Amino acid sequence: MLGRTLVTFGRTVVLAAAVAGVPGVAAGQSTGAAQDYTAPRTPDGQPDLQGFWSNQTYTSLERPDGVTAAYYTPEEVAARVSGAAMRESSQTVPGTIPDVHYDFTQFGLDRSQSPRAENLRTSLIVDPSDGKIPPVNAEGQRRAAERADAQERLGGRWDSAESNQLDDRCIMMVPAGPPMMNSGYNSNYHIVQAPGYVMILAEMIHDARVVPLDDRDAPAAGLSQWVGLSRGHWEGETLVVESSNFNAKNPFRGSSERMTVTERFTRVADDRIDYRFTVNDPGTWDQPWTAEMPMQRSRGPLFEFACHEGNYGLYNTLVGARLEEQQAAEAAEQVRGR
Amino acid sequence: MAVTLAVSCVAATVPMSAQTADYRAPRGPDGNPDLNGLWQALNSAHWDVEPHGAGPSVVRDLGALSAVPAGLGVVVDDVIPYTADALVQRDENRANRLRRDPAIKCYLPGVPRGMYMPFPVQILQSQQHIMILHEFAGAVRTVYMDDHVPAPADSWMGWSNGHWEGETLVIDTTGFNGMTWFDRSGNFHSEALHVVERLTRRSPETLSYEVTIEDPNVFTRPWTMQMPLYRRVEENAQLLEFRCVEFVEDLIYGHLRKQPQE
Repeated sequence: MLGRTLVTFGRTVVLAAAVAGVPGVAAGQSTGAAQDYTAPRTPDGQPDLQGFWSNQTYTSLERPDGVTAAYYTPEEVAARVSGAAMRESSQTVPGTIPDVHYDFTQFGLDRSQSPRAENLRTSLIVDPSDGKIPPVNAEGQRRAAERADAQERLGGRWDSAESNQLDDRCIMMVPAGPPMMNSGYNSNYHIVQAPGYVMILAEMIHDARVVPLDDRDAPAAGLSQWVGLSRGHWEGETLVVESSNFNAKNPFRGSSERMTVTERFTRVADDRIDYRFTVNDPGTWDQPWTAEMPMQRSRGPLFEFACHEGNYGLYNTLVGARLEEQQAAEAAEQVRGR
Repeated sequence: MAVTLAVSCVAATVPMSAQTADYRAPRGPDGNPDLNGLWQALNSAHWDVEPHGAGPSVVRDLGALSAVPAGLGVVVDDVIPYTADALVQRDENRANRLRRDPAIKCYLPGVPRGMYMPFPVQILQSQQHIMILHEFAGAVRTVYMDDHVPAPADSWMGWSNGHWEGETLVIDTTGFNGMTWFDRSGNFHSEALHVVERLTRRSPETLSYEVTIEDPNVFTRPWTMQMPLYRRVEENAQLLEFRCVEFVEDLIYGHLRKQPQE
């Protein structure tokens, strides 16, 4: 245990020193870090975003309560990272069953060991300026209540597959997007470009989004999808992707099927893409809101993430829940029989 | 080496009738033949890769809707050269296909089955990586055009290394987990499966797809399938979502649903 923690901590110290020692990170403060950087071009002339990237971060979407500054100092970031890394690595005890699955120093669960773009922001949200998601409007509140009712009618989480969470069911996980959010681990992406297309593959559940770059019409409203439908174009150095036609079965932060997401990918260094997204959903918020997070170049390749095919977790939990019910029923029967 | 020779011999005897020999593919911006696009098979190989007559549906209530259409077959020389034991296994698979076909459960379809299911397949071609993206189950294959390494682990879709031979993209795939089938009729393989695919443009709107299958646990010799793949020429053609996991949850987990208490 001690040895592991020291390894983790040693890495954290190195990272922290790197943050403090690189003026570009502090001065650039995420957006437009290098105005004079021009991305290399693909053979067909697109700015080249290809390769393996991670949007892993310790920065929360919303600014923590009690924090008012838009940026931490490098020292504050270093302290937060090392504190979080210590907490993550000490979550399990060596030699125990949880440790086999969740050894936070071995399976990419320790974020401090993942490729991770340093970010001094106190929230990923840059607009509104308070770093918080705008208040949910009346329509959004009404829908949230309806959804809560519908979920309750489905039963408890372990009553059936359908009443469980989407990630436990291997249907959707957060990195897929849009917008692409980071998750506790495996926040990894593979971008490949071909003439007329950009493909963004999220490692989690092998979710590939193929974005056409021609000026084809937006799809009709009758066609909705879990991940919506994306259309892209280049604005100078920036790839702009507009997505609509969400089925709202995986509502991002409570959004409706009217949500549109505008994503902007700008390569600002050999090892960094600035990723910015704006969420617009008049059915939920009276104003659009925007977040920004860097993507850091990481090492490939991505391995197959056959989530559903190996989903023993869901099966076993349902078996366990039914067994517990059976045992409880038998115990009750015994009490009655006495 | 012996294995390689065996494969080449088979390939050499295959009549290349599907291919227009003098067609030269347009070049992509990197100078390689341009295979980009959405492609789809138009045959009944997904029912049965061997020649077969029409047959009834295995689900009575689906009647004619899921009855099996006849097919001329895509196997060169018509018959898959199973070992005697493997042929028994195939027939048993076939008799129990409603329960055993892994694709019914929305599992990743494997190679080459994903290439001729009745769903589009998008090829997205860059110099380093060629992506093969299947609408069915959102299956994805990355073909590594450099940095060739042996398969690092077993998987459903295998590990694909590719290279160009003139007009042809050759993809060598290993590292399978042995859990996929070739079609809905129980034709199967083991984890020793080795697949070599050859994709060649044969006209502006068609590809020639040829795939050699080798698996000494199951077959007495390597064998080959051939078929054209057709371009989806609709101007707005694109891959759509077929996230089938939610469609099979009741099938897989329905018996574990909480029953109403009395």
